[in-house]
Amino acid sequence: MSHRFTDVGAVQQDLSKVDYLCDSGLAGVVYLADRLDKPVLVEGPAGTGKTQLAKSVAEMTGSRLIRLQCYEGLDEAKALYEWNYKKQLLRIQTERDADVGWDEVSDDIFSDEFLLTRPLLEAIRAVDPIVLLIDEVDRVEVETEALLLEILSEYQVSIPELGTMEALQVPLVFLTSNNTRELSEALKRRCLYLHIDYPTMEREKEIVLAKVPDIAENLADQVARVVRSIRRLELKKPPSVSETLDWARTLVLLGVQHIDADVAAETVNILLKYQSDIAKANKELATVEGIEP
Amino acid sequence: MTAYETDLPTLPVEAGDPLLDLLNGFIAELRAVGIPASLTENLDAMEAVKHVPITDRETFKYALAATLVKNQAHWKAFETVFEVYFSLRGAQYEIAADDLDEADEADGEIRAEGDRGSGGDMLSPEELAEMLYRALMRGDSEMLRAAAREAVRRYAGMEPGRPVGGTYYLYRTLRNLDLEGVLERLMDAEQHTEGDVDDFDLRLRRDEFELRIAELKRQIEAEIRRRLVADRGVEAMAKTLRKPLPSDIDFMHASREEMASLRKAIYPLTRKLAARLVRKRRHGRAGPLDFRSTVRHSLSYGGVPVEPKFRHPRPHKPDIMVVADVSGSVAAFARFTLHLVHAISSQFSKVRSFVFIDGLDEVTGFFEGADDIAEAVHRVNTEADVVWVDGHSDYGHALGVFWDNYADDVGPRTTVLILGDARNNYHAPEGWIVKALQQKARHVFWLNPEPRSYWDTGDSIVGEYAPHCDGVFEVRNLRQLEAFVDRLA
Repeated sequence: MSHRFTDVGAVQQDLSKVDYLCDSGLAGVVYLADRLDKPVLVEGPAGTGKTQLAKSVAEMTGSRLIRLQCYEGLDEAKALYEWNYKKQLLRIQTERDADVGWDEVSDDIFSDEFLLTRPLLEAIRAVDPIVLLIDEVDRVEVETEALLLEILSEYQVSIPELGTMEALQVPLVFLTSNNTRELSEALKRRCLYLHIDYPTMEREKEIVLAKVPDIAENLADQVARVVRSIRRLELKKPPSVSETLDWARTLVLLGVQHIDADVAAETVNILLKYQSDIAKANKELATVEGIEP
Repeated sequence: MTAYETDLPTLPVEAGDPLLDLLNGFIAELRAVGIPASLTENLDAMEAVKHVPITDRETFKYALAATLVKNQAHWKAFETVFEVYFSLRGAQYEIAADDLDEADEADGEIRAEGDRGSGGDMLSPEELAEMLYRALMRGDSEMLRAAAREAVRRYAGMEPGRPVGGTYYLYRTLRNLDLEGVLERLMDAEQHTEGDVDDFDLRLRRDEFELRIAELKRQIEAEIRRRLVADRGVEAMAKTLRKPLPSDIDFMHASREEMASLRKAIYPLTRKLAARLVRKRRHGRAGPLDFRSTVRHSLSYGGVPVEPKFRHPRPHKPDIMVVADVSGSVAAFARFTLHLVHAISSQFSKVRSFVFIDGLDEVTGFFEGADDIAEAVHRVNTEADVVWVDGHSDYGHALGVFWDNYADDVGPRTTVLILGDARNNYHAPEGWIVKALQQKARHVFWLNPEPRSYWDTGDSIVGEYAPHCDGVFEVRNLRQLEAFVDRLA
């Protein structure tokens, strides 16, 4: 089995080519996922680029991205496969006049032709390279998680009527979780675990520079600094990377050269979404005396 | 906590493979800390390290973390163990012989500067302070590390074989460095060098310096650990430096740093708990048989009750009254419990809270409409009127006040939670109040943050109250608290 990546450094470089900047730890986990043929469970605060990671890896390797968005009530028929019931009925009706025995019909209507593939099955039956993204896996019930276990550990799907379908090629699998509940041990055991936290100030500055066109370097630097200071406060919802980018874009549009207290107070509502957080940030940033580290 | 040590087998080690040997020790230590690394994960880790260059520490660390640590809350504990086991083994971390000698000579005391003939690379305290100042000013991490090493060598006063933990050395070093003074100096310099800095800028710079100082502290801690490990060996030090997981931190003995990590841990915990309770409500389909509906539906099957119908369960949402002791050592526990109960107050039909020391005051108002629960808890600490005579716990009197003023509000739907260690300073217990409350209320539970073995020793009188409660629970850490609240709702 050939591998997608040569070494960790290459992963990091290639990711940065598609504008996904990361540290060597993250690149290392992606590299290991490929080497060990294991899925990656990505956790972390909202808006730190968990979903983007899967997209970027797909872009970088030139694979097709298949995405399964999880939600409460997701079931087998939506995640794995479903029998095309209407087509089966049609088949039975057309066969009625012809002289075909029951056995043949019943065999017939449970064949490939009548199978509707859903994301998971599609991912393992594809012949082209695939990145499978199972988004927000913490939203499904614990019982539904079990649906995923077979595909995650064996890369196969068992269909009672057809037998076991094995993967034609091993897809890279990413699962993301916002950590609203503890995932089951069984699921965690099968995955490599990656926690993406808010980036360091330097990294965030690079991200701003890469993603916001026409931003001056010193403004990007200031943006990153202010966001870092705001994240140090105890807030309900600290600003995410995507909110940082929104803020930087706004500042560029407004033609701001230098952030001072007034500009920050006027635009902080782009970074923070709760009134109490905004009030707290404004109050804190107006004082020189810092909070306790 | 040591359950994993014995439950799970470790891998058979191929003789003569030092890395496998090391990994086995490492994983055993992780289990000892309480990180549930299973056998498959163990195997994955062994497989993973084959694919990464061991010289690349950062990647090596992430490879181990990705396979062994599946919970972010365990990260800190993992990092410490990793550092002890791996980071300190490289050649550059070897302690040179003269290095130790000098530490020996230093003998813990700060020598009078200058008179020691500045043996080679030894800096005078002024030089060291200057170096530190410049490193912090520039944010030069190499220099910062050098300064940290120098500071530890000079001030920590470490002696080989001395049975003292790392915290003691850290305290000694930091005391001598006077980092707060350094911060002031840095800020002064910032204020005077450039003309057009406003408060906002200064604030950002202050944050920057504070972070650099935090980094320096980390470096100093790392340096102390390095020296300790070099002195006493990895296995011994791993045990001493073991850090509890956030959910295992004892409320009553948490250090300031641990308190901070507890505060961080409680928010995701409440979110998870709330989500779990909502699910529990929605999916508990244990309603009784709905006879009418079943008969009605049976008509379409010719009177055969093919499809039994059940009533929708009406989950009981309890009224909660929390009565919390907020004196001294149990205050932290009370705060966390109040925080937790109010954070999931939507799971109860009503939550009222009271705090007491020897007087008692209702604090429900602080939480109502409060966006920020941490803020509300802070107001409880500063504004509630809880002192009656001398500010020493008096359960008897506090319960008396509760009985006189609020007993009428206790009804058959009410669950009363009493939080405290029942250390009554030899006042009258007034146990009859708890008994009377139990007769009026649905349940009375007592949560005690002390270890069970301390109960009824000294002035603790849990035993006086326990017979009148529906349950008395030891709640010393977040794990136990979560389990209790889960049961309650």
